[in-house]
Amino acid sequence: MRAGCARSRVPEEPARGAALGQGRKGGLKNHMEVVPRLRQRQNSTAAVGERDQEASFGKRPILLWLLRTRGYYELATPGGGAGHAPRGGSHTQSATSRPAPRGTPPPPSLHPRDPPSPTGACAAVRPRPFTLQPWSPAAKMAAPSVFWGAAVSYRLFLGGRVSLALRQGVWKAAAAELQRAIAYLFPSGLFEKQARPIMKHPEQIFPKQRAIQWGEDGRPFHFLFYTGKQSYYSLMHEAYGKLLDVEKRQNQLQAKGLFSEKTKTKDLIGSRWLIKEELEEMLVEKLSDQDYAQFIRLLERLLTVECSAEEEEFVQRFRRSVTVQSRKQLIEPLQYDGQGMAFSTSEGKRKSAKAEAIVYEHGSGRIKVNGIDYLLYFPVTQDREQLMFPFHFLDRLGKHDVTCTVSGGGRSSQAGAIRLAMAKALCSFVTEEEVEWMRQAGLLTADPRVRERKKPGQEGARRKFTWKKR
Amino acid sequence: MDPGRLLHTGSQAPQSLAAHLDNPAPDDSPRAVSRTSEKDPVKTFSEACLMVRKPALELLHYLKNTNFAHPAVRYVLYGEKGTGKTLSLCHVIHFCAKQDWLILHVPDAHLWVKSCRGLLPSTYNKQRLDQPAEASIWLKNFKTTNERFLSQIKVQEKYVWNKRESTEKGSPLGEVVEQGITRVKNATDAVGVVLRELKGQSSLGGFRLLVAVDGVNALWGKTTLKREDKSLVAPEELALVHNLRKMVKNDWHGGTIVLTLSQTGSLFKPRKAYLPQELLGKEGFDALDPFIPILVSNYSPKEFESCIQYYLENSWLQHEKAHTEEGKKELLFLSNANPGQLERLCAHL
Repeated sequence: MRAGCARSRVPEEPARGAALGQGRKGGLKNHMEVVPRLRQRQNSTAAVGERDQEASFGKRPILLWLLRTRGYYELATPGGGAGHAPRGGSHTQSATSRPAPRGTPPPPSLHPRDPPSPTGACAAVRPRPFTLQPWSPAAKMAAPSVFWGAAVSYRLFLGGRVSLALRQGVWKAAAAELQRAIAYLFPSGLFEKQARPIMKHPEQIFPKQRAIQWGEDGRPFHFLFYTGKQSYYSLMHEAYGKLLDVEKRQNQLQAKGLFSEKTKTKDLIGSRWLIKEELEEMLVEKLSDQDYAQFIRLLERLLTVECSAEEEEFVQRFRRSVTVQSRKQLIEPLQYDGQGMAFSTSEGKRKSAKAEAIVYEHGSGRIKVNGIDYLLYFPVTQDREQLMFPFHFLDRLGKHDVTCTVSGGGRSSQAGAIRLAMAKALCSFVTEEEVEWMRQAGLLTADPRVRERKKPGQEGARRKFTWKKR
Repeated sequence: MDPGRLLHTGSQAPQSLAAHLDNPAPDDSPRAVSRTSEKDPVKTFSEACLMVRKPALELLHYLKNTNFAHPAVRYVLYGEKGTGKTLSLCHVIHFCAKQDWLILHVPDAHLWVKSCRGLLPSTYNKQRLDQPAEASIWLKNFKTTNERFLSQIKVQEKYVWNKRESTEKGSPLGEVVEQGITRVKNATDAVGVVLRELKGQSSLGGFRLLVAVDGVNALWGKTTLKREDKSLVAPEELALVHNLRKMVKNDWHGGTIVLTLSQTGSLFKPRKAYLPQELLGKEGFDALDPFIPILVSNYSPKEFESCIQYYLENSWLQHEKAHTEEGKKELLFLSNANPGQLERLCAHL
């Protein structure tokens, strides 16, 4: 059946303690069928099996413990598990080959922790993937193991001592269904590989600490130790030293007459200076705001003068890159109506108002809202200013005709919703750059503000009840 | 006409219009004179000007070609809020004033159906109610507008005001008006008398009568007035309204009737209503039928330009961007070429 599984199987008798189906590499499933065995396994198979088992469970201490404590269970699969992919070795348990379970007294003979059966059937604890199997005993794949607790309950359920011979026969039929039932009803990810705890790198957990700053004789190592902020001052010293070098070089060039006035503009876009916290972390030292500001000023001064590659590299150490904020705005496709006029449709929302706007490419600046002229629909100037905003921003005040429908909300939120819809629709008539400008102006962002919930114990969302002294 | 004459035009359009147009523009160049009047323009701009627009010109054209032997034609100016109905009316009035017509101008009929204090049971007819305050105001205005005619027109009946005072037959109309102004209790009746006389005498041809009512939908709507026992008053129970309704009926000839609908002061009407059907209601529509409707709409691009130019010339727009093209486009968008909205916007700049 599987590599490494030594089985002496009686073909007509499906393994009483037949090997478990092979699970995926790794996780042991907690569905292990436990079938008590009558006799001891043969040592060889047991030894092999046990070694394999131990090996396979070497990395899973909890399972090893389980096996050791409940070790006398024969973990078996009915049906032979032929459909399983062989993975690793199987094992057998044998009471004799295993050291006695720690702390547990040897169980009575017909306790589930009976000494293992003498049949050569190989019982293997096999890590098994948990799958929901169809309820058919004939399914080869469906041979989940029942957790040891289930076996106990099963035993209780059966009640009393049942002769093993009887058990073997009876169990096989009923056990399979029971296992399946329990596996289905109590799915567990306890042994799932992906559910293992992931631990952080120790560097992330333990903060950087400073080693002892002075030697045995009490004399500090660093020459700036007595300033209190040795790393900071040494960094400043270094940076200023570089600045002086650069200036000296420039003076020499000037003296020789080879000084060229050109200053190459460094591309500072896309990167930012280190923030104070980052610098503190780098130096493992507390800084004040003034210190930080001074340092940044020094670096910027270093950048203004022409410096060589190593100075550049020194400065670049203190810059971090900033991701470019380019959000791709979805641009509506243009549609063409009967007369060949291009138009584009889009929607907008604000609070609880929803609006849909159709912007025509050529027009004279007429806007109809729900069939009514916008002057009559929005008598308040403020709302009309909101409608004006997208067009005024793009300088297309009298060039488009708009038809929109709006529902919900109040007058101000309807105006906002229409504004958003119009701006989105205008994207399709406008260049990419202008779309980016609109996005930065906030025309294409839906306003996320909604009414805040009223809390109990307060009069409103924020307002508290009048405080009475007594 | 004398330059000092003022026509008061009611609360919705509290502009005073001085009879001071430079040239009445001929029909073929409708934008020659491009001025608009502001709130109290006499103070702000030290002049009062009016933009000549198509609806007004159309009306003037009709007026010039009216046949005064036929019954009076009714013209109804209607349109969205703020498009310039009242000012078109003012333009027509001014024109007629220059042509020496007798002007019967009700600045705002809505004032007569809401927030009146002092309702008295009418002396003439017990079921109706008097409004002495409004009537006397109106009489004063009438006096200032039509000074010339007051001495010309003679009363054709004898009217007894009370035990001591009466107006004889053949006395000038001015006396009736004086009587109404001095004796406030009889003001409403004086108004009624004036209206009746004018109606009767305009057919004779001595003068031409222009009846101009702003907010005529007030005459057929509801009122917010209540009697002492808190029961609502219907419009027909007000004597002023009753008389005015009779005036507006086209059973006389020798003049015209120009009316304006107004939603702004109207009671119990939705904001978006502007069609005659909606604002007048069935009753009013039937009463005014047939009439010639004239739609007053927003500014055309040229008109808008000229309006902005006027503001700029008078340094009304102080914002630095107002001179630029973008600024004008912004204003155009925000106001959608609605004159009222534009005025309000520019007031801030």
